[in-house]
Amino acid sequence: MATGGASRRGIGPALPLLAPAYLWLTVAIFLPLSAMAFFSFMTELPMSGKDWSFTLENYAAFFSGALYPTLLWASLRLGLEVTFWCLLIGFPAAYVLAKVLKGRVREAIFLLVILPFWSNGLVRIFSWAMVLREGGILDTALNAVLPFKVNIDLMYSYPAVIIGLVHSYVPYVVLTCYLTLQAIDDSLIEAARSLGASRLQTLRRLILPLAMPGLIAGGVLIFVPVVGSFMEPRILGGRTGTFYGTVIEDQFVAVFNWPLGAALSFILLAVVLVILAVAAPVLRRAQ
Amino acid sequence: MTRFLSKLTLTTVLVSAFAISAHAGEVHVLNWKGYGADEPWAIEAFEKATGHKVVNDFFNSEQEMLTKLRTNPGLYDVVMINAAFTGQALAENLIQPIDTSKIPNYADISKEKAGSPMLNQDGKVFGVPWVWGLTALAINDKSFDSAPTSVSVMWDEKHKGRVIIRDDAVEAIQFGAIASGQNINDIKDMEAVKAKLTSLMPQIRTFWSSENDWNQMVASNQIDVGTYWSGSADRAKTQFKLPVSLVIPQEGAVAWLDAFSIPAGSKNVEGAEAFINYMIDPTFYVEWVTKVGAPVSANDKALAALPAESFNRAVMGDPKVAERIQFQAPITDAQREQYLAIWQELKVNVK
Repeated sequence: MATGGASRRGIGPALPLLAPAYLWLTVAIFLPLSAMAFFSFMTELPMSGKDWSFTLENYAAFFSGALYPTLLWASLRLGLEVTFWCLLIGFPAAYVLAKVLKGRVREAIFLLVILPFWSNGLVRIFSWAMVLREGGILDTALNAVLPFKVNIDLMYSYPAVIIGLVHSYVPYVVLTCYLTLQAIDDSLIEAARSLGASRLQTLRRLILPLAMPGLIAGGVLIFVPVVGSFMEPRILGGRTGTFYGTVIEDQFVAVFNWPLGAALSFILLAVVLVILAVAAPVLRRAQ
Repeated sequence: MTRFLSKLTLTTVLVSAFAISAHAGEVHVLNWKGYGADEPWAIEAFEKATGHKVVNDFFNSEQEMLTKLRTNPGLYDVVMINAAFTGQALAENLIQPIDTSKIPNYADISKEKAGSPMLNQDGKVFGVPWVWGLTALAINDKSFDSAPTSVSVMWDEKHKGRVIIRDDAVEAIQFGAIASGQNINDIKDMEAVKAKLTSLMPQIRTFWSSENDWNQMVASNQIDVGTYWSGSADRAKTQFKLPVSLVIPQEGAVAWLDAFSIPAGSKNVEGAEAFINYMIDPTFYVEWVTKVGAPVSANDKALAALPAESFNRAVMGDPKVAERIQFQAPITDAQREQYLAIWQELKVNVK
């Protein structure tokens, strides 16, 4: 009883502060998501004017052939690869920002990292199209410098999709890792070094474990949206750009089969949640 | 007495104001973007001539168009429908019969197009034919000394990685049907279509979805040949001055007929009739072709107003071309889903 009273006292004054955010979340996320969950069990959209009934067929469609599982697997692989490259590129940058650079230089470099967030995502992808194609900026620049002729034509290929996605998501890793790295006391690193640990040992035994929460947060933050991405694969991937996300988009935009699109989305959500749940103990231990 | 008079005057003023606003109201038009009905010069001329104000809205696929009609009853006054979909719109009671006597230019529409069973039911007219065109091939002039004559150019090793095709299941399957020598409306050997398209995949650079995609690929010299719409190829040449030529392969091409309908519950039927009449008028058509580039008009007089050597008369009007082309018939939902499943499978297996 006493604890209940205490928690009620705790939440009472907090309500006016919490209400706007939770009201917004309810209206903007929970309601549309419930509507989508509802649609995913229907044969037709109610607004189509046709008769509709409840069905599990949309979910059965996923398992009816190799098509959707293959696509989902391709998307999960894409998510893992992009996350890997983002961590590999983002972590060193975050380390330098947090531990090496100081003052104005750090501010300037930090600004460069978050600068891409200020421009529209679609614009960024289209600029990649200009860079990656044959006769594009990368091709021309390399051939101007190199003594021999190389032919760079990465556009409309799997690597192009990876490049575009890594570019879009690497700032997340830099930001999350920067926060955890900055919290590491410099004297800890000094102590390790003075006790004879090599640079590599310090990194492996001290810095990486302490920075793990940031790495994990960054990884999860990237993995989830990349698995469902459709814009980058469609624009940069060309004929190899068919992924789970683009097929969901097709259901909504091209054929207006919202129920199937919604069902496919919820299967993706379920798979991602299962992966996170399975990984949770490992991740917790790592933290 | 004076009060009564003033009341009466007020009422008359109000009624006549209401009558005027109803007379010259807004005409809500639903069409593809950049497809004639939203040309600023055309809207200006129409508004000046009739006093109706044009409000444009757009769709990106036939399914989206149908959904917009279903979810916004009474909003639209004119809708542009591919004749293959008119029957579906009619079956769902989305469109109403058209009184063609109110559309003077209707008399000049070629009898064969106006009488199309896709647009007429029980002696009533549900669609006014506007233009027709082809889904054929278009080439990048820079890559060819002489224009190819067969669809096999798409499979030519020389153009590997420089071929483009639209990311649309129905178009892709029907193109496969033509390439394998079949009737697009009655595909008997789907395996042959699949085999054809499977061998096409490695040739493909990317998929296009809008005119803009296609034109950009040519402008940056990234493609040699691909499927394209006849009106769009004309626009690419006329309006954007790109090195693009349309090729009607000897194997044939898919033809479509676009028509105007009046949605059920339209609040401005009179304005809709005036707008449709203007859209099929020779004056508008000639200006559209000259300034922008357009498909072939269904109006014989409009076509006759073009110079005899113009593409839309000389090539598209050629009886030999007429023999090769196949007009799209309506597609059932089951067929569309089957086509999509095949197309998605093809795209997935490319990796």
